[in-house]
Amino acid sequence: MTRTARRGLALATAITLLVASAACTGDDGGGGGGTVPGVTDTEIVVGTHMPLTGPASAGYSKIAPATKAYFDHVNANGGVHGRKITYKIMDDGYNPANTQQVVRQLVLQDKVFAILNGLGTPTHTGVLDFLKSNRVPDLFVASGSRSWDQPDRYPGTFGFNPDYTVEGKILAQHVKTSLPGRKVCFLGQDDDFGRDSLVGVEKVLGAGAVAAKQTYVTSNTNVAPQIGAFKAAGCQVVILATVPGFTALAVGTAARLNFKPQWLVSNVGADHPTLAKQLGAAAGLLEGMVGANYLPMQNDAADPWIQLFTKVNKEYNGDAPFDGNTVYGMAVGYLFVQVLLAAGKDLTREAVTEAVRKGGYQGPGLAPLRYSDTDHSGYGGQRLTRVSGGTQAYFGPTYETDEGDGPVREHTAPPVAPPANGVPTAS
Amino acid sequence: MSATRAVTPPDTKARVGRTGPAEPRLGSTLLRHLGLAVVAALLLVAASYGLEPFRNFQLATVAAYLCATAGLTVLTGLNGQLSLGHGALMATGAYTVALCQNAFADAGMTGGWLLPVSLGAAVLAALVVGAVVGVAAARLRGPYLAGVTLAVAVVVPALTVTFDGVFNGEQGLAVPVEPPPVALGAYFPYERWQLWVTAAATLLALLLLANLVRSRYGRTFRAVRDDEVAARLAGIHVARTQVLAFVVSAAGAGLGGALLAVLAQSVSPGAFSLTLSLFLLMAVVIGGLGSLAGAAWGAVLLVALPDLTHALTEQLTLSPAVAQRVEGNLPLAIFGLTLVVVMIAAPGGVQGLLSRLTRAVSARRAGRRRS
Repeated sequence: MTRTARRGLALATAITLLVASAACTGDDGGGGGGTVPGVTDTEIVVGTHMPLTGPASAGYSKIAPATKAYFDHVNANGGVHGRKITYKIMDDGYNPANTQQVVRQLVLQDKVFAILNGLGTPTHTGVLDFLKSNRVPDLFVASGSRSWDQPDRYPGTFGFNPDYTVEGKILAQHVKTSLPGRKVCFLGQDDDFGRDSLVGVEKVLGAGAVAAKQTYVTSNTNVAPQIGAFKAAGCQVVILATVPGFTALAVGTAARLNFKPQWLVSNVGADHPTLAKQLGAAAGLLEGMVGANYLPMQNDAADPWIQLFTKVNKEYNGDAPFDGNTVYGMAVGYLFVQVLLAAGKDLTREAVTEAVRKGGYQGPGLAPLRYSDTDHSGYGGQRLTRVSGGTQAYFGPTYETDEGDGPVREHTAPPVAPPANGVPTAS
Repeated sequence: MSATRAVTPPDTKARVGRTGPAEPRLGSTLLRHLGLAVVAALLLVAASYGLEPFRNFQLATVAAYLCATAGLTVLTGLNGQLSLGHGALMATGAYTVALCQNAFADAGMTGGWLLPVSLGAAVLAALVVGAVVGVAAARLRGPYLAGVTLAVAVVVPALTVTFDGVFNGEQGLAVPVEPPPVALGAYFPYERWQLWVTAAATLLALLLLANLVRSRYGRTFRAVRDDEVAARLAGIHVARTQVLAFVVSAAGAGLGGALLAVLAQSVSPGAFSLTLSLFLLMAVVIGGLGSLAGAAWGAVLLVALPDLTHALTEQLTLSPAVAQRVEGNLPLAIFGLTLVVVMIAAPGGVQGLLSRLTRAVSARRAGRRRS
């Protein structure tokens, strides 16, 4: 009996000690009053979640390192308002459960100032509420889902990519003007990506205009049934809302079935270097493919942005292979630096979201950025590309439109040139 | 038979072999377990105030995994049946909780009692699936059993894609969860609340499992594991016992999956892949197959390992791209290596090693006292 009593006493003491120590640490944590998480006089810490491994990592794993390389370039040039940017990159393997873990680690443990360019619709959807309730700016989400554009529900969340409906409308506009009378079919990913894109296509062509609609899931790499159905339906134009791996699969499968439609591909899955690498010897099948994009073409050596980014890539990214993902990552970095400058020297989370809401940013993008009080979507348009002679190049004008019933208009403002040292200055 | 024997942890055999308890036990088993649960609950509440929010969340994740690993320990460690499909049973629980919470939200219902109802439904759903698989499993042995459970692990996530109208394909479903009760204060940390909810559910499940293990049913589980023929001769209905073990284990996994979905506020097939099923099995083997404490070590390992590898790769000076690659793949390699090392050095797992140590220490102390 005494032994039990002694044990009980020991346990009670342990609990009391734990609670007491808890009370102390609690005071320490809350006592910082007024300081901004992740910001010191010399440093700004931001974080991101990306699929660096796993099935979705092809291509995407290069985005965050490119952004980091651009920040290193900015840091070497004195940083932003005297502060260096530290970019914490966390791998979530495109698994929403992992995203929960790593984003919590970034926000609660590493105390980042903001989440920048978190990638993926299913992954990022799961952390929207968490970021909102912790008042963490959720900037430039790397996905074209319309979920990011809900200023009332998620005031701190902003998109980057043109949303998939805008993209669908622009691709369909090309069909309407340049390929009239052809039989149009549609293959989309079985989630918001494919669904939103189809909505855009049907807004321009009319609800009954798509002869055959098919979907795929990334866990099943056989698209022969879908492509076979297109062939049987006699499709002449196929619009693809696909990730790179499935663009390559669709094109390859069609060639095996001796089916040669005109391909129109979403910017998500239209990067020629990525596709050519996947198709290998069969890269010639991509000839004539029409894609969409809104950032400078990575092979356009005459473009001043590409010259800048190539230089940064050489100096700070170990001269990694340069493709559309590299350009994307650095464009995100450039926009973030612009926003930091606009937020002013006294950096707070409110100042940054306010600076994004003010809008008026111009950078490497061809289409306008639309940020305002009521619009949290990113780029509002795209320009079409075509593969000819094994190189991808822009043709025609840049288009812009909205996700509603608005018309698809030409965007005529010329692109701006980058500053001489590649670092934006406060205007 | 031989395959059933193969998964028997040597450590428990040794313990079963010891005759009778070393000292007379105080009170009934139920009271003793209740006391332990209350102490654990007090410790957890204290810890939830002492730890930072992120650690609270990690502890909550450990609790969620613990439901599943404890279930698997009962099945594999105590009943000798192998399952490679417990990830799928977790998915069953997770999707049930998502569908229930969404249905409640659509109907405009709010209140603190909804989550327990959803969790209960999740356990029930996993129980039903477990009963079906269990009936098949009771007729199979060794590699054939592994094959069937492997098929479950592959098929269940695939169903979410086939019936995408209900399960929303690979994108999965959101799990709407109520914020902490207002009574706790406006600024009550959400992570602490999550820990409370998951820990309460887990402690309840562990209490039930611990009592089951010490009961008549637990003894029949072990009897069937150790020798089916002898068990049958002793009047035990072997198939019925095996189905029961599978059902109990499935309920644990279902609760674990449901809690994980509540923590992540989302559920998608990618979160319950075949890898998870394999990880669960590896975790309970490394933790120690023979006891529920081993399941706890396994659950801790599942959460701590990715964190440790992240810290490790941060220490190494690698180029960023290489570091990210390594970090993503390193946990798998380390898990595998740990398994090999543990199996060679401590076949009883972490818990087996610990109990051997404590036994050695107490024996020494007893020896000193006598002299």
